[in-house]
Amino acid sequence: MVAFLTPQMAIILDTKNLCKTFGAVTAAHEVSAAIEKDSVVGLIGTNGAGKTTFINMITGYIKPDKGTIEYDGHDITRLPPREIMRLGISRSFQVPQLYGSLGVFDNMMVGLGIVLSNAGLGGYFSRGSALVPGYGRPAEEVAEHLLGRFGLLEYRDRNAQVLPGGARKLLDIALTMVARPRILLLDEPTSGVSAEEKFGIMEMVMKAVKAEGATVLFVEHDMEVVSRFAQRVLAFYDGRIIVDAPPQQALEDPEVRRYVAGKRDPLERTSA
Amino acid sequence: MKRDRTPLFIALVFLFVISFGFLLPQWAMFIVTIAIARGLVALGLMLLLRAGLVSFGQALYYCLGAYAAGALGRFFGLSDIYVQMLAGGALAAGFAFVLGFLLARYRGIFFGLLSLALSMILYGLLVKNEALGSTDGFNILPSALFGTRPEAGWVRYAVMASAAVVALLAALLVHRYLNTPLGRLAPAIKDNEIRVEYMGASARRAVHVKYVIAAALAGIGGALAATTVGHIDPEMAYWTTSGEFIFITILAGTGSVVAPFLGAMIFGIIHTVAFDISPNTWQMSLGISLLLLIVFLPEGLWSLFSRLRWR
Repeated sequence: MVAFLTPQMAIILDTKNLCKTFGAVTAAHEVSAAIEKDSVVGLIGTNGAGKTTFINMITGYIKPDKGTIEYDGHDITRLPPREIMRLGISRSFQVPQLYGSLGVFDNMMVGLGIVLSNAGLGGYFSRGSALVPGYGRPAEEVAEHLLGRFGLLEYRDRNAQVLPGGARKLLDIALTMVARPRILLLDEPTSGVSAEEKFGIMEMVMKAVKAEGATVLFVEHDMEVVSRFAQRVLAFYDGRIIVDAPPQQALEDPEVRRYVAGKRDPLERTSA
Repeated sequence: MKRDRTPLFIALVFLFVISFGFLLPQWAMFIVTIAIARGLVALGLMLLLRAGLVSFGQALYYCLGAYAAGALGRFFGLSDIYVQMLAGGALAAGFAFVLGFLLARYRGIFFGLLSLALSMILYGLLVKNEALGSTDGFNILPSALFGTRPEAGWVRYAVMASAAVVALLAALLVHRYLNTPLGRLAPAIKDNEIRVEYMGASARRAVHVKYVIAAALAGIGGALAATTVGHIDPEMAYWTTSGEFIFITILAGTGSVVAPFLGAMIFGIIHTVAFDISPNTWQMSLGISLLLLIVFLPEGLWSLFSRLRWR
């Protein structure tokens, strides 16, 4: 495995020797990765390679059998999702997780309400008119601001359940931004979106996320999207990281070509 | 931003009841007071229902509130209506706080049936308890107000007015709570608990808080009903009593804090009229009412007002 890291970069997330099995299936085997601050990391691999397990372990959805996860000096290995989120790690989902009975704006307001409550600014008997931490603006303004950033203002009063696929994805990601996370994990942000929309959505997401200042890890199957937006690639296979390198180098790696892209080298084919 | 007119509406209804309530005949005052007691329980159920939780055992706290009020008179000679309601609410809230650690872990049918089981345990305990009157229950002392007993003709009005004061405070506080960030969490919990957790909130804690508030309201309602009727018995914890509260909550809808009181009033009227017309089949009238409501107004009576407002 090629480790891609220069000594002067500040590490914000450090996973060490993570192992996870589900019965006879090994979902993670000695997975170690140090993620540098403000970087954009693409996670690639076939289905079942261990990408989502990696994200699920970082965000507390599942606990590793072995290994540690350190975030900015805190050991977060055993923390529940809400506490990890409060520390500054947010995630989006492959299938958008929205509040279906509420409007788009109200979805944002629920999230902002939680942020205010966690900051002690919106308890049980207060209206939460305080300024949202990290944004320094009232909740309504922050909601409008984020909806604008993700191009969702036109859907402001529409019910979340009836949004088009791309807008649902964007709202799911916009929701992760309400607490102004320092690390954002995006699980297949362009899955279920048409080929024409993919780059537009990724452009918008990356622009918005970088403007708010966050380190990004995203799971993606489309190698064009990965090579365009990632600064670093972690390629997964059989619960292990097989390559850790810049996009071009990673995508040309024989192991990645063989196990991730499903391509075999001509020489290898001849000799087989 | 739309102006919130609900507090003004609640205050106007309160003033109307206080100003003109004394003109009502005694039997009507009784119906209004019992409707307020049931409305308080339904108000708590509404909080839970907004989070997608149906408690089939809210009679547990209604009965605890009633027995707290009764025990104050029986063992300490206290019959002040506000003290009774306070004791009822506090006892119910205390029990709910403890039981909430268990119940807040469950959702859907498990939450409903577990709450039902707990209320039936209380029923069983009371039925076997001779000191508390067993199946017959016991009578409670006539109501007092700030240490004095109102004149015979004014007792009903005094109790009704006191009930209105408590209902006013409860409705205003719950309305305010619903507009807080954590109050707004209810539909989010109902829709997507995973997202709630990943936004940094504890859904279990939010449900626990709602459960305790709902229990306190039921306890106050139970104490009020006890002092109004003047008698308490284990039937107050029986599952059919819980069923009545669910009936009222569904009849009313969850659109406003006023709805549970409106629902309880209409329930009281249907109950009284149906019983008057046909004492042996009044349950059938209630059943038909509920059937019609579910078919034509699935979001409850309050949805009628919402629709009118949108036109």
